[in-house]
Amino acid sequence: MQIRISPQDGVPIYLQIINQVNYLVASRRLLPGEQLPPVRKLAETLVVNPNTVARAYRELETAGILTTRRGAGVFVSETGKPSLPQRERKRILSERIDILLAEARQMGVSLGEIVELVRERDKGIEKSGTGRRSEP
Amino acid sequence: MTENVVEVQGLTRRFGSKTALDNVSLNVRRGIVFGLVGENGAGKTTFIKHLLGLFRAKSGSVRVFDLDPVLDPVETLGRIGYLSEERDLPDWMRIQELLSYTQAFFPKWDEAYARELLETFALDPRQKIKTLSRGQRAQTGLLVALAHRPDLLLLDEPSSGLDPVVRRDILGAIIRTVADEGRTVFFSSHLLEEVERVADDVGMIHAGRLVLDAPLDQIKASHHRLTLRFQTSQAAPPRLPGILFCDGSGLEWTVLCDGALDALRAAAEKLGARIVEEGTPTLEEIFVGRVKQTTLARKEA
Repeated sequence: MQIRISPQDGVPIYLQIINQVNYLVASRRLLPGEQLPPVRKLAETLVVNPNTVARAYRELETAGILTTRRGAGVFVSETGKPSLPQRERKRILSERIDILLAEARQMGVSLGEIVELVRERDKGIEKSGTGRRSEP
Repeated sequence: MTENVVEVQGLTRRFGSKTALDNVSLNVRRGIVFGLVGENGAGKTTFIKHLLGLFRAKSGSVRVFDLDPVLDPVETLGRIGYLSEERDLPDWMRIQELLSYTQAFFPKWDEAYARELLETFALDPRQKIKTLSRGQRAQTGLLVALAHRPDLLLLDEPSSGLDPVVRRDILGAIIRTVADEGRTVFFSSHLLEEVERVADDVGMIHAGRLVLDAPLDQIKASHHRLTLRFQTSQAAPPRLPGILFCDGSGLEWTVLCDGALDALRAAAEKLGARIVEEGTPTLEEIFVGRVKQTTLARKEA
Protein backbone atom coordinates (compact mmCIF):
# COMPACT_ATOMS: atom_id res chain seq x y z
CA MET A 1 0.00 0.00 0.00
CA GLN A 2 1.57 3.22 -1.15
CA ILE A 3 0.84 6.26 0.98
CA ARG A 4 2.80 9.51 1.08
CA ILE A 5 2.63 11.94 3.94
CA SER A 6 3.59 15.55 3.59
CA PRO A 7 3.47 17.74 6.71
CA GLN A 8 4.06 20.79 4.49
CA ASP A 9 0.65 20.18 3.01
CA GLY A 10 -1.12 21.63 6.04
CA VAL A 11 -3.79 18.91 5.85
CA PRO A 12 -3.82 16.96 9.15
CA ILE A 13 -1.89 13.71 8.73
CA TYR A 14 -4.78 11.43 9.74
CA LEU A 15 -6.83 13.07 6.97
CA GLN A 16 -4.04 12.54 4.46
CA ILE A 17 -4.10 8.84 5.31
CA ILE A 18 -7.90 8.68 5.07
CA ASN A 19 -7.95 10.49 1.73
CA GLN A 20 -5.28 8.26 0.24
CA VAL A 21 -6.84 5.00 1.45
CA ASN A 22 -10.16 6.19 0.01
CA TYR A 23 -8.41 6.92 -3.24
CA LEU A 24 -6.65 3.54 -3.33
CA VAL A 25 -9.95 1.75 -2.68
CA ALA A 26 -11.85 3.81 -5.26
CA SER A 27 -9.18 3.19 -7.91
CA ARG A 28 -9.09 -0.52 -6.98
CA ARG A 29 -5.45 -0.51 -6.00
CA LEU A 30 -6.81 -1.85 -2.72
CA LEU A 31 -9.36 -4.60 -3.30
CA PRO A 32 -12.25 -5.67 -1.06
CA GLY A 33 -10.96 -8.17 1.47
CA GLU A 34 -7.34 -7.04 1.07
CA GLN A 35 -5.37 -6.67 4.29
CA LEU A 36 -3.82 -3.39 5.40
CA PRO A 37 -0.58 -3.14 7.39
CA PRO A 38 -0.99 -3.11 11.19
CA VAL A 39 -1.07 0.32 12.86
CA ARG A 40 2.42 0.05 14.26
CA LYS A 41 3.95 -1.09 10.98
CA LEU A 42 2.33 1.67 8.95
CA ALA A 43 3.33 4.25 11.59
CA GLU A 44 6.96 3.18 11.32
CA THR A 45 6.87 3.17 7.52
CA LEU A 46 5.30 6.60 7.24
CA VAL A 47 7.28 7.95 10.23
CA VAL A 48 4.14 9.23 11.93
CA ASN A 49 2.58 8.78 15.35
CA PRO A 50 0.85 5.37 15.79
CA ASN A 51 -2.12 7.14 17.40
CA THR A 52 -2.58 9.07 14.15
CA VAL A 53 -2.69 5.89 12.07
CA ALA A 54 -5.07 4.32 14.58
CA ARG A 55 -7.36 7.32 14.30
CA ALA A 56 -7.38 7.18 10.49
CA TYR A 57 -8.19 3.43 10.59
CA ARG A 58 -10.95 4.05 13.15
CA GLU A 59 -12.59 6.72 11.02
CA LEU A 60 -12.29 4.61 7.87
CA GLU A 61 -13.95 1.80 9.77
CA THR A 62 -16.80 4.07 10.88
CA ALA A 63 -17.18 5.15 7.25
CA GLY A 64 -17.51 1.50 6.22
CA ILE A 65 -14.33 1.36 4.13
CA LEU A 66 -12.34 -0.86 6.48
CA THR A 67 -13.28 -3.65 8.87
CA THR A 68 -11.29 -5.02 11.75
CA ARG A 69 -11.33 -8.77 12.21
CA ARG A 70 -10.42 -9.54 15.76
CA GLY A 71 -6.96 -11.04 16.01
CA ALA A 72 -6.56 -11.09 12.23
CA GLY A 73 -6.04 -7.45 11.35
CA VAL A 74 -7.53 -4.65 9.29
CA PHE A 75 -9.10 -5.32 5.89
CA VAL A 76 -10.84 -3.44 3.12
CA SER A 77 -14.52 -4.18 3.69
CA GLU A 78 -16.37 -6.29 1.15
CA THR A 79 -18.57 -3.44 -0.02
CA GLY A 80 -15.53 -1.16 -0.06
CA LYS A 81 -17.76 1.81 -0.81
CA PRO A 82 -17.19 5.11 0.91
CA SER A 83 -20.36 5.96 2.81
CA LEU A 84 -19.87 9.72 2.84
CA PRO A 85 -22.98 11.86 3.04
CA GLN A 86 -24.00 13.08 -0.41
CA ARG A 87 -23.38 16.72 0.44
CA GLU A 88 -19.85 15.94 1.56
CA ARG A 89 -19.18 13.93 -1.60
CA LYS A 90 -20.41 16.80 -3.70
CA ARG A 91 -18.29 19.29 -1.81
CA ILE A 92 -15.08 17.28 -2.20
CA LEU A 93 -15.64 16.68 -5.90
CA SER A 94 -16.67 20.29 -6.58
CA GLU A 95 -13.40 21.52 -5.13
CA ARG A 96 -11.40 19.28 -7.44
CA ILE A 97 -13.53 20.15 -10.45
CA ASP A 98 -13.05 23.85 -9.82
CA ILE A 99 -9.29 23.42 -9.92
CA LEU A 100 -9.58 21.39 -13.11
CA LEU A 101 -11.84 23.96 -14.76
CA ALA A 102 -9.58 26.85 -13.82
CA GLU A 103 -6.56 25.09 -15.30
CA ALA A 104 -8.46 24.09 -18.45
CA ARG A 105 -9.59 27.67 -19.00
CA GLN A 106 -6.08 28.91 -18.70
CA MET A 107 -4.95 26.40 -21.30
CA GLY A 108 -7.86 27.25 -23.55
CA VAL A 109 -9.40 23.76 -23.34
CA SER A 110 -13.17 23.71 -23.92
CA LEU A 111 -15.73 22.16 -21.60
CA GLY A 112 -16.59 19.55 -24.24
CA GLU A 113 -12.99 18.46 -24.47
CA ILE A 114 -12.77 18.13 -20.67
CA VAL A 115 -15.91 15.97 -20.50
CA GLU A 116 -14.53 13.79 -23.28
CA LEU A 117 -11.21 13.46 -21.42
CA VAL A 118 -13.00 12.55 -18.17
CA ARG A 119 -14.88 9.74 -20.00
CA GLU A 120 -11.65 8.48 -21.48
CA ARG A 121 -9.85 8.43 -18.13
CA ASP A 122 -12.78 6.67 -16.49
CA LYS A 123 -12.60 3.88 -19.08
CA GLY A 124 -8.87 3.64 -18.39
CA ILE A 125 -9.45 3.16 -14.66
CA GLU A 126 -12.03 0.43 -15.25
CA LYS A 127 -9.85 -1.46 -17.69
CA SER A 128 -6.53 -1.47 -15.85
CA GLY A 129 -7.89 -1.60 -12.33
CA THR A 130 -5.44 1.10 -11.37
CA GLY A 131 -5.65 4.83 -10.95
CA ARG A 132 -3.35 7.53 -12.15
CA ARG A 133 0.18 6.72 -13.01
CA SER A 134 2.34 7.15 -9.94
CA GLU A 135 3.92 10.53 -9.60
CA PRO A 136 7.68 10.92 -9.81
CA MET B 1 -2.39 6.70 40.09
CA THR B 2 -2.64 9.86 38.07
CA GLU B 3 -3.08 9.74 34.30
CA ASN B 4 -0.46 12.47 33.86
CA VAL B 5 3.17 11.42 33.73
CA VAL B 6 4.30 15.03 34.07
CA GLU B 7 2.50 17.76 35.99
CA VAL B 8 4.02 21.23 36.13
CA GLN B 9 2.25 24.10 37.85
CA GLY B 10 3.23 27.77 37.70
CA LEU B 11 6.93 27.13 37.16
CA THR B 12 9.04 30.29 37.05
CA ARG B 13 12.80 30.39 36.76
CA ARG B 14 15.14 33.34 36.63
CA PHE B 15 18.83 33.46 35.86
CA GLY B 16 19.96 36.80 37.25
CA SER B 17 17.69 39.38 35.70
CA LYS B 18 16.68 37.10 32.82
CA THR B 19 13.40 35.18 33.14
CA ALA B 20 13.96 31.77 31.54
CA LEU B 21 10.56 30.34 32.47
CA ASP B 22 7.57 32.49 33.24
CA ASN B 23 4.67 30.83 35.08
CA VAL B 24 4.64 27.68 32.94
CA SER B 25 1.91 25.11 33.64
CA LEU B 26 1.83 21.97 31.55
CA ASN B 27 0.67 18.35 31.83
CA VAL B 28 1.79 15.35 29.83
CA ARG B 29 -0.70 12.48 29.58
CA ARG B 30 0.47 8.90 29.78
CA GLY B 31 1.02 7.13 26.47
CA ILE B 32 1.37 10.17 24.24
CA VAL B 33 4.11 12.02 22.40
CA PHE B 34 4.44 15.59 23.61
CA GLY B 35 6.37 17.99 21.41
CA LEU B 36 7.70 21.19 22.99
CA VAL B 37 8.56 23.72 20.32
CA GLY B 38 10.31 27.02 20.60
CA GLU B 39 13.20 29.05 19.30
CA ASN B 40 16.72 28.70 20.67
CA GLY B 41 16.83 30.24 24.11
CA ALA B 42 13.05 30.08 24.57
CA GLY B 43 13.40 27.99 27.75
CA LYS B 44 12.99 24.43 26.44
CA THR B 45 16.18 23.02 27.97
CA THR B 46 15.58 24.81 31.27
CA PHE B 47 12.14 23.22 31.41
CA ILE B 48 13.50 19.73 30.70
CA LYS B 49 16.19 20.13 33.36
CA HIS B 50 13.44 20.73 35.91
CA LEU B 51 11.78 17.45 34.89
CA LEU B 52 15.08 15.67 35.50
CA GLY B 53 15.51 17.26 38.91
CA LEU B 54 18.70 19.01 37.76
CA PHE B 55 17.03 22.30 38.63
CA ARG B 56 14.93 22.77 41.74
CA ALA B 57 11.65 24.63 41.20
CA LYS B 58 12.06 27.96 42.96
CA SER B 59 8.43 28.88 42.45
CA GLY B 60 5.76 26.52 41.22
CA SER B 61 5.79 22.74 41.36
CA VAL B 62 7.15 19.91 39.23
CA ARG B 63 5.83 16.35 39.50
CA VAL B 64 7.09 13.43 37.44
CA PHE B 65 5.33 10.08 37.98
CA ASP B 66 3.58 11.94 40.80
CA LEU B 67 6.95 12.40 42.53
CA ASP B 68 9.26 15.34 43.08
CA PRO B 69 12.29 14.64 40.85
CA VAL B 70 14.58 16.63 43.19
CA LEU B 71 13.54 14.68 46.29
CA ASP B 72 13.18 11.29 44.58
CA PRO B 73 15.95 11.19 41.98
CA VAL B 74 16.47 7.43 42.10
CA GLU B 75 12.82 6.58 41.59
CA THR B 76 12.24 9.17 38.84
CA LEU B 77 15.54 8.98 36.93
CA GLY B 78 15.36 5.18 36.96
CA ARG B 79 12.22 5.43 34.83
CA ILE B 80 13.40 8.21 32.49
CA GLY B 81 15.47 7.77 29.34
CA TYR B 82 17.21 11.07 28.60
CA LEU B 83 19.10 12.36 25.62
CA SER B 84 20.66 15.75 26.24
CA GLU B 85 21.13 18.39 23.61
CA GLU B 86 24.90 18.32 24.02
CA ARG B 87 24.96 14.49 23.96
CA ASP B 88 27.52 14.68 26.74
CA LEU B 89 29.00 11.19 26.68
CA PRO B 90 32.33 10.19 28.28
CA ASP B 91 34.80 10.55 25.39
CA TRP B 92 37.41 8.20 26.83
CA MET B 93 35.09 5.17 26.91
CA ARG B 94 34.34 2.67 24.22
CA ILE B 95 30.66 2.16 23.37
CA GLN B 96 30.67 -1.23 25.10
CA GLU B 97 32.15 0.30 28.27
CA LEU B 98 29.49 3.00 28.24
CA LEU B 99 26.79 0.35 27.95
CA SER B 100 28.15 -1.72 30.85
CA TYR B 101 28.57 1.42 32.92
CA THR B 102 25.04 2.71 32.22
CA GLN B 103 23.50 -0.72 32.70
CA ALA B 104 24.61 -0.68 36.33
CA PHE B 105 22.23 2.20 37.06
CA PHE B 106 19.15 0.59 35.56
CA PRO B 107 17.74 -2.64 36.98
CA LYS B 108 15.40 -2.90 33.98
CA TRP B 109 18.21 -2.73 31.40
CA ASP B 110 17.29 -4.91 28.39
CA GLU B 111 20.52 -6.34 26.98
CA ALA B 112 18.79 -7.96 24.00
CA TYR B 113 17.21 -4.62 23.08
CA ALA B 114 20.59 -2.89 23.44
CA ARG B 115 22.13 -5.43 21.02
CA GLU B 116 19.26 -4.95 18.60
CA LEU B 117 19.71 -1.17 18.65
CA LEU B 118 23.48 -1.49 18.14
CA GLU B 119 22.72 -3.48 15.03
CA THR B 120 19.95 -1.16 13.80
CA PHE B 121 22.24 1.86 14.16
CA ALA B 122 25.23 -0.08 12.76
CA LEU B 123 27.42 0.89 15.72
CA ASP B 124 30.63 -0.93 16.58
CA PRO B 125 30.73 -1.51 20.38
CA ARG B 126 34.55 -1.45 20.32
CA GLN B 127 34.71 2.07 18.94
CA LYS B 128 35.90 4.90 21.20
CA ILE B 129 33.25 7.54 21.80
CA LYS B 130 35.79 10.26 21.03
CA THR B 131 36.06 9.01 17.44
CA LEU B 132 32.32 8.83 16.74
CA SER B 133 30.71 11.04 14.12
CA ARG B 134 28.03 13.49 15.16
CA GLY B 135 25.28 11.13 14.01
CA GLN B 136 26.83 8.08 15.71
CA ARG B 137 27.16 10.08 18.90
CA ALA B 138 23.45 10.88 18.80
CA GLN B 139 22.64 7.24 18.07
CA THR B 140 24.79 6.10 20.99
CA GLY B 141 23.10 8.59 23.30
CA LEU B 142 19.71 7.43 22.07
CA LEU B 143 20.62 3.78 22.59
CA VAL B 144 21.62 4.46 26.19
CA ALA B 145 18.35 6.35 26.73
CA LEU B 146 16.22 3.56 25.25
CA ALA B 147 17.82 0.30 26.38
CA HIS B 148 16.30 0.29 29.86
CA ARG B 149 12.86 0.67 28.29
CA PRO B 150 11.99 3.85 30.18
CA ASP B 151 8.43 4.82 31.06
CA LEU B 152 9.27 8.35 29.96
CA LEU B 153 11.61 9.12 27.09
CA LEU B 154 12.92 12.67 27.37
CA LEU B 155 14.71 14.06 24.34
CA ASP B 156 16.17 17.56 24.19
CA GLU B 157 16.49 18.71 20.57
CA PRO B 158 17.20 15.15 19.41
CA SER B 159 17.42 16.00 15.71
CA SER B 160 19.35 19.23 15.74
CA GLY B 161 22.38 19.19 13.48
CA LEU B 162 21.80 15.65 12.21
CA ASP B 163 21.51 14.26 8.72
CA PRO B 164 18.15 12.87 7.50
CA VAL B 165 19.17 9.22 8.05
CA VAL B 166 19.92 9.67 11.75
CA ARG B 167 16.91 11.96 12.19
CA ARG B 168 14.78 9.12 10.91
CA ASP B 169 16.34 6.75 13.48
CA ILE B 170 15.39 9.22 16.20
CA LEU B 171 11.82 9.58 14.99
CA GLY B 172 11.60 5.79 14.63
CA ALA B 173 12.69 5.43 18.25
CA ILE B 174 9.98 7.87 19.35
CA ILE B 175 7.36 5.95 17.38
CA ARG B 176 8.43 2.55 18.69
CA THR B 177 8.53 3.83 22.26
CA VAL B 178 5.02 5.21 22.21
CA ALA B 179 3.70 2.17 20.33
CA ASP B 180 4.54 0.14 23.44
CA GLU B 181 1.53 0.62 25.61
CA GLY B 182 1.87 3.02 28.53
CA ARG B 183 5.15 4.62 27.48
CA THR B 184 5.38 8.36 27.06
CA VAL B 185 7.67 10.60 25.03
CA PHE B 186 8.49 14.23 25.70
CA PHE B 187 10.74 15.94 23.20
CA SER B 188 11.75 19.47 22.36
CA SER B 189 12.46 20.62 18.85
CA HIS B 190 12.53 23.55 16.54
CA LEU B 191 11.91 21.32 13.53
CA LEU B 192 8.18 21.85 13.27
CA GLU B 193 7.75 19.35 10.47
CA GLU B 194 9.00 16.55 12.72
CA VAL B 195 6.77 17.64 15.56
CA GLU B 196 3.81 17.63 13.20
CA ARG B 197 4.62 14.07 12.18
CA VAL B 198 4.94 12.47 15.58
CA ALA B 199 3.37 14.61 18.31
CA ASP B 200 -0.05 14.05 19.91
CA ASP B 201 0.15 17.20 22.01
CA VAL B 202 2.12 20.33 21.27
CA GLY B 203 3.35 23.05 23.58
CA MET B 204 4.72 26.28 22.12
CA ILE B 205 7.13 28.22 24.28
CA HIS B 206 8.29 31.72 23.51
CA ALA B 207 10.55 33.87 25.69
CA GLY B 208 9.85 31.60 28.67
CA ARG B 209 6.09 31.66 28.28
CA LEU B 210 3.87 28.85 27.13
CA VAL B 211 1.89 30.54 24.36
CA LEU B 212 -0.07 27.48 23.24
CA ASP B 213 -0.63 23.99 24.67
CA ALA B 214 -3.16 21.66 23.06
CA PRO B 215 -3.60 18.42 21.14
CA LEU B 216 -2.16 18.80 17.63
CA ASP B 217 -5.50 17.86 16.03
CA GLN B 218 -7.21 20.61 17.97
CA ILE B 219 -4.55 23.15 16.98
CA LYS B 220 -4.92 22.18 13.34
CA ALA B 221 -8.71 22.29 13.50
CA SER B 222 -8.89 25.74 15.07
CA HIS B 223 -6.40 27.52 12.81
CA HIS B 224 -7.29 28.58 9.30
CA ARG B 225 -5.52 30.21 6.43
CA LEU B 226 -7.86 32.36 4.37
CA THR B 227 -7.15 34.35 1.25
CA LEU B 228 -9.52 37.29 0.92
CA ARG B 229 -10.24 39.25 -2.20
CA PHE B 230 -11.68 42.76 -1.91
CA GLN B 231 -13.55 44.83 -4.50
CA THR B 232 -11.54 47.91 -3.63
CA SER B 233 -7.93 48.27 -2.62
CA GLN B 234 -7.39 48.06 1.15
CA ALA B 235 -4.83 50.27 2.84
CA ALA B 236 -4.63 48.19 6.05
CA PRO B 237 -4.84 44.47 6.81
CA PRO B 238 -8.42 43.22 7.31
CA ARG B 239 -9.54 43.12 10.93
CA LEU B 240 -10.70 39.57 11.52
CA PRO B 241 -11.27 37.96 14.92
CA GLY B 242 -8.36 35.85 16.17
CA ILE B 243 -5.98 37.07 13.48
CA LEU B 244 -2.39 35.95 14.05
CA PHE B 245 -0.67 36.87 10.88
CA CYS B 246 -1.46 38.76 7.72
CA ASP B 247 0.28 39.07 4.41
CA GLY B 248 -0.78 40.90 1.30
CA SER B 249 -1.68 44.28 -0.10
CA GLY B 250 -4.33 46.05 -2.12
CA LEU B 251 -7.04 43.67 -3.29
CA GLU B 252 -5.76 40.37 -1.94
CA TRP B 253 -4.79 39.45 1.63
CA THR B 254 -3.87 36.12 3.19
CA VAL B 255 -4.59 35.82 6.88
CA LEU B 256 -3.89 33.23 9.54
CA CYS B 257 -6.63 33.08 12.15
CA ASP B 258 -7.47 31.13 15.27
CA GLY B 259 -11.20 30.62 15.52
CA ALA B 260 -14.33 28.94 14.18
CA LEU B 261 -14.48 28.86 10.40
CA ASP B 262 -18.15 29.93 10.24
CA ALA B 263 -17.44 33.02 12.32
CA LEU B 264 -14.44 33.89 10.14
CA ARG B 265 -16.47 33.51 6.96
CA ALA B 266 -19.19 35.75 8.35
CA ALA B 267 -16.63 38.33 9.46
CA ALA B 268 -14.97 38.33 6.03
CA GLU B 269 -18.32 38.81 4.34
CA LYS B 270 -19.10 41.72 6.61
CA LEU B 271 -15.86 43.40 5.53
CA GLY B 272 -16.98 43.01 1.93
CA ALA B 273 -14.39 40.37 1.06
CA ARG B 274 -14.75 37.20 -0.95
CA ILE B 275 -12.85 34.15 0.30
CA VAL B 276 -10.91 32.81 -2.65
CA GLU B 277 -8.97 30.15 -0.79
CA GLU B 278 -9.32 28.26 2.47
CA GLY B 279 -6.75 25.98 3.94
CA THR B 280 -5.18 24.51 7.04
CA PRO B 281 -1.83 26.09 7.89
CA THR B 282 1.17 23.97 8.80
CA LEU B 283 2.33 23.84 12.40
CA GLU B 284 5.28 25.97 11.34
CA GLU B 285 3.01 28.72 10.02
CA ILE B 286 0.94 28.59 13.21
CA PHE B 287 4.06 28.80 15.35
CA VAL B 288 5.50 31.74 13.44
CA GLY B 289 2.12 33.49 13.63
CA ARG B 290 1.90 32.93 17.38
CA VAL B 291 5.42 34.16 18.05
CA LYS B 292 4.96 37.30 15.96
CA GLN B 293 1.65 38.02 17.63
CA THR B 294 3.12 37.59 21.11
CA THR B 295 6.03 39.86 20.28
CA LEU B 296 3.65 42.47 18.90
CA ALA B 297 1.34 42.28 21.92
CA ARG B 298 4.31 42.83 24.22
CA LYS B 299 5.47 45.85 22.31
CA GLU B 300 2.01 47.37 22.50
CA ALA B 301 1.64 46.64 26.19
